[in-house]
Amino acid sequence: MPGQKIRVLIAKPGLDGHDRGAKVIARALRDAGMEVIYTGLRQTPEMIASAALQEDVDVIGLSILSGAHNTLCTRLMDLLRAQQMDDVTVLIGGIIPEADIVGLKKIGIAEVFLPGTTTQAIVDFIRRRVAKN
Amino acid sequence: MTDEKARKVPAAPAPNPGVAAPRRPSPAEVAWEESVLEPSLAQSPDRVADFTTVSSYPIRRLYTEADVADWNAERDLGAPGQPPYTRGIHPAMYRERLWTMRQFAGFGSALDTNRRFRYLLSQGQTGISVAFDLPTLMGYDSDHPLSEGEVGKCGVAISSLADMEALFDQIPLADVTTSMTINSPAATIWAMYLAVAEKQGADWRTISGTLQNDILKEYIAQKEYIYPPGPSLRMVTDTIEFGAKHTPKFNPISISGYHIREAGSTAIQELAFTLRDGIEYVEHCLRRGLAIDDFAPRLSFFFNAHNDFFEEIAKYRAARRIWQSVMRERFGAKNPRSWALRFHSQTAGCSLTAPQPYNNVVRTAVQALAAVVGGTQSLHTNSLDEAWALPTESAATLALRTQQIIAYESGVTHTADPFGGSYFVETLTNEVERGARDYILKIDALGGMVAAIERGFPQREIADAAYRYQQTVDRKEKIIVGVNDYVVEGQPIETLHIDDSVARGQAERLRKLRAERSNDEVERRLSSLRHAAGGDENLMPHLFEAVKAYATLGEICDALRQPFGVYQEVAIT
Repeated sequence: MPGQKIRVLIAKPGLDGHDRGAKVIARALRDAGMEVIYTGLRQTPEMIASAALQEDVDVIGLSILSGAHNTLCTRLMDLLRAQQMDDVTVLIGGIIPEADIVGLKKIGIAEVFLPGTTTQAIVDFIRRRVAKN
Repeated sequence: MTDEKARKVPAAPAPNPGVAAPRRPSPAEVAWEESVLEPSLAQSPDRVADFTTVSSYPIRRLYTEADVADWNAERDLGAPGQPPYTRGIHPAMYRERLWTMRQFAGFGSALDTNRRFRYLLSQGQTGISVAFDLPTLMGYDSDHPLSEGEVGKCGVAISSLADMEALFDQIPLADVTTSMTINSPAATIWAMYLAVAEKQGADWRTISGTLQNDILKEYIAQKEYIYPPGPSLRMVTDTIEFGAKHTPKFNPISISGYHIREAGSTAIQELAFTLRDGIEYVEHCLRRGLAIDDFAPRLSFFFNAHNDFFEEIAKYRAARRIWQSVMRERFGAKNPRSWALRFHSQTAGCSLTAPQPYNNVVRTAVQALAAVVGGTQSLHTNSLDEAWALPTESAATLALRTQQIIAYESGVTHTADPFGGSYFVETLTNEVERGARDYILKIDALGGMVAAIERGFPQREIADAAYRYQQTVDRKEKIIVGVNDYVVEGQPIETLHIDDSVARGQAERLRKLRAERSNDEVERRLSSLRHAAGGDENLMPHLFEAVKAYATLGEICDALRQPFGVYQEVAIT
């Protein structure tokens, strides 16, 4: 619907406590006019899927610097599919080896944002993606 | 011990004035500005409008005697090895002994990491530094449901004394010093280390190393907390008390600014929050009844070595100068070893870029040079590939060589505090000190660091600084080579891959451990630990007995979750 804010869930899955990026992105997206819910730390994939459903988000942004991205993302994507949330855009940022990016996209991650990405690039990507959906 | 000693005493006035004296340039300087500088700028202006450090601190185009009019060399600079320690804490500095080259390492299983430790020692590193995986950092065994996908991925998996024994196989703790980056479960991990030392026949009175064990910065920045502040600080005090009695050469705490800086703080915030955390720990120890000079000599610190070369050098010098005045004036310490701030530093992980990773070798070198010129006692240099993964062996080797080249080829070790007396560096040192003291007073006024954390004060300062910095980068006010300028299509590099076989191996080891140990003995030890946690005994002896019975890390941390409770953060974005 025109005029409705894009709703984004920013989540920190797993045990990783590095939240600088997640918090900066949350603020940047808010400043860009989106409705942002930040889950805080230590979220299981179950908690994230549940929050995404409850909050009826358009986008889920995951921040993972711990190396646990393959395990956590696979489980999350399975849960989202089970909840029929295939139209939700899932993005990930953090420390992700090049070799893992293809695999993540194969399971449905829309984009992997590596260190150095500008906040504007993420804002633009989300706007384009949600408009398409 | 009377309440007198525990009473909060405001910091004594700074050696240099609290407010900068107005700047009065000499007639010669004014003449230069008018007849040389201005015409030059009229023809050819500055490249950009503002020149600021990575902390966005403004830097003048030139520093002259006008900037140091109220600076006094004897009072503010002194000589190395005596107050105010601006020039360093040892009289002969690196001529007598180089800093410890202590590379942070850990991944996979204890066997994998042991191999990397022995490799790095063979390549000339002079101390060990242990990186633990997230389950270990968070007090979970490798086979806990929450450990899934995380085992061995960002550090070594240690679930029991058996793993610790494997970690130090063929490494004599009597001869090698070890730093352990562990916080919430620090006391338990230290108990395991002490048990390994005992098994090896190493004398507790002479073993040396460092336990990070700085819980306050977890609430502020690194977020590896388990329990709430009260019980956590009790355990930190337990370790300091135990160490003062039993391990006089061991640093029971590494009061850290590195993580605060990595979370996005400015240099001044990094310095201020670290030192104020130190003050909080000292107050807790004094309340416990410890005498200041019995524990203060073994307090150690850990700072970031970030991109802005001179801001970092000024920060380290200001750190030493502030801490000695805190120790002498605020706490009345009499032993000079209580006054001298000893620190480890690590080059800034957050400055490493994913694109063009070989650029990171240069960044690390510049940052390491700042730490050395700043007088660090110990140094870790990051590897070029760490924006992608944990370091490969060859990347870790190059990082170590960076230190060795600085040590043996650059010449900066020949003289103490090479920039002492520089108009620029002395001015910047004064300014960083002033900024840090302001924050320390603010936190005092809030009721101390725990109170400040409860109000979200340091967390908000850091989040704001991190956001402001990102905006300067997004707007290209700060250039990051290869990221927002000089961007080229990348060539991927080989990185270290850790797979889930580590988790499977750990699960099997744990199964075996639980089958072979005396579970009755474990239950007895956990029960007595739980009981002691509810009172006010020092927990270290209980932890020591529990680890020797092969209670696992998870079992021990769980035993404490009951009496202590768990901490829930209120997220501040």
